[in-house]
Amino acid sequence: MVSELMSNEIALLAIFLLSVFVGFEVVSKVSTTLHTPLMSGANAIHGVILVGAIVVADHAKTTLEISLAIAAVILATINMVGGFVVTDRMLQMFKGKPKQKKDAGEDK
Amino acid sequence: MSRNLYDLIGLAAGICFILALKGLSSPKSARKGNLIGALGATIATVIVFFYANEGRALNNQTLILAAIGFGVLVGVPAARKVQMTQMPQLVALFNGVGGGAAALVAIVEYLKLGSDATTAVVIATVFTVIVGCVSFSGSIVTFLKLQELMTTRPVIFPFGRQIIALTLIGVLVSGGWVIASGGTTPLLVNGLLSLIFGVLFVLPVGGADVPIVISLLNAFTGLTVAASGYVLQTTLLIIAGTLVGASGTILTKLMAEAMGRSLFGTLFGAFTATAQQSSGTADVRPVKSGSAEDVAILLNYAQRVVIVPGFGLAVAQAQHTVRELADLLAAKGVEVAYGIHPVAGRMPGHMNVLLAEANVPYEQLVEMEEINPTFPQTDVVLVVGANDVVNPAAKTTPGCPIYGMPILDVSLAGNVIFLKRSMRPGFAGIENELLYEAKTTLLFGDAKDSLTKVVSSLKSL
Repeated sequence: MVSELMSNEIALLAIFLLSVFVGFEVVSKVSTTLHTPLMSGANAIHGVILVGAIVVADHAKTTLEISLAIAAVILATINMVGGFVVTDRMLQMFKGKPKQKKDAGEDK
Repeated sequence: MSRNLYDLIGLAAGICFILALKGLSSPKSARKGNLIGALGATIATVIVFFYANEGRALNNQTLILAAIGFGVLVGVPAARKVQMTQMPQLVALFNGVGGGAAALVAIVEYLKLGSDATTAVVIATVFTVIVGCVSFSGSIVTFLKLQELMTTRPVIFPFGRQIIALTLIGVLVSGGWVIASGGTTPLLVNGLLSLIFGVLFVLPVGGADVPIVISLLNAFTGLTVAASGYVLQTTLLIIAGTLVGASGTILTKLMAEAMGRSLFGTLFGAFTATAQQSSGTADVRPVKSGSAEDVAILLNYAQRVVIVPGFGLAVAQAQHTVRELADLLAAKGVEVAYGIHPVAGRMPGHMNVLLAEANVPYEQLVEMEEINPTFPQTDVVLVVGANDVVNPAAKTTPGCPIYGMPILDVSLAGNVIFLKRSMRPGFAGIENELLYEAKTTLLFGDAKDSLTKVVSSLKSL
């Protein structure tokens, strides 16, 4: 039992460390133009704390626990859904550019 | 649903997040990347309903669904309706509520576990509460600053340094108290002190540094999510939170570099800030202000014109008018380019988003490094609602808040025209010497009105 628990901790540590490297690597070369959308997109991704909020809302027993958990669900949903929508709006504007260039140049 | 299946699907969602960040790093794939991220988040949210209570309906399921519905009703319209100019503060706000949510999650789990919590879990809880609360209150302050509901200047108060240091010590000591003795009261004290520290931490940050702080708080929230993932033993939260924490840290560093700021200086401005020099003294000096006709004539007889857009253009929603002016000049044979400072506006890349909205051709948007060598061959620079990004003080005045920030060297051009609302200094709150130079002409007024007048004068020439 104890050894199983230990190996689980080690697995979580490994996941953590590997994620650090992936996170560093994935954005190390990005133009300043994309800083704002990238920040906004990353911001939306941590909205996945909604999963945690749902889990604790399921665990919650007392009124205090339930109220706090439900507040967490609301806040996390705003973070996640709002974050992805606003990022998409920003990126919609980027999308137009190369397309128009093509329209003027090759397509016609 | 078995734990293994749940973890596998969680892993798939984690991979979606990696692909999302990867996609967001390149203009071509950025939008797809964001959609993949949204897909991952949706999968993660849906499967937890099937797993969390061993397949049965969750406790409080109706409440949870109602809360999600409410969150969507608040978040989506806010994201849809926000003006592009106000987008940075919305991102700050979304980030803050995310940090708050993570702190609440850890608190509820801590209350539930009571004395069953292992020391490691308590430590992770304390970390989540501290960083989540700092991120929450800090983001609220950045929101208030960007929305200009409070001053954009660094807020310095007597004994500020000592108060901030004491609060930080209080946060750490109360955190240790929670770990040592457990119980609800210490955690409450810890959370409150962290909220106060978040406010104090951001208050002394000057307007120009706010984007860096938002990015940093974003990375903080990521780490908070990872820590609460440990508390809940949920792999997906650890992956997602760590990814955001790591990429956010790199992004913060890149942003600080683009603005020529040292990250250390920005962060510990709180500890080192001294009284700012006042900027009210120079207002009496004479400036040369011109009419729209003067500006139109200058532009009409120029060979090459560079337009430098700033936040004032965004506020006045003048991006379409500026494009009309540029088209008109191009039709008269004038060479036109836009000089885009990496942090023009309120955030890196903000100005590109706005001009793209007005369909300005991509190839006319020239980045700072490329446009700077061309200023000596430029006859007229038209600065539309920008100030700090062309302020020579960044090169000449050590100790001023923007010192060291790379700027557009517009003073090398033949003539400089500023379209400004008033003599008020820019977001960073520093006087711009360039305004008083002989080659500078000022046209006061709302950027859109001024541009419209210039366009009509130009048409009648």
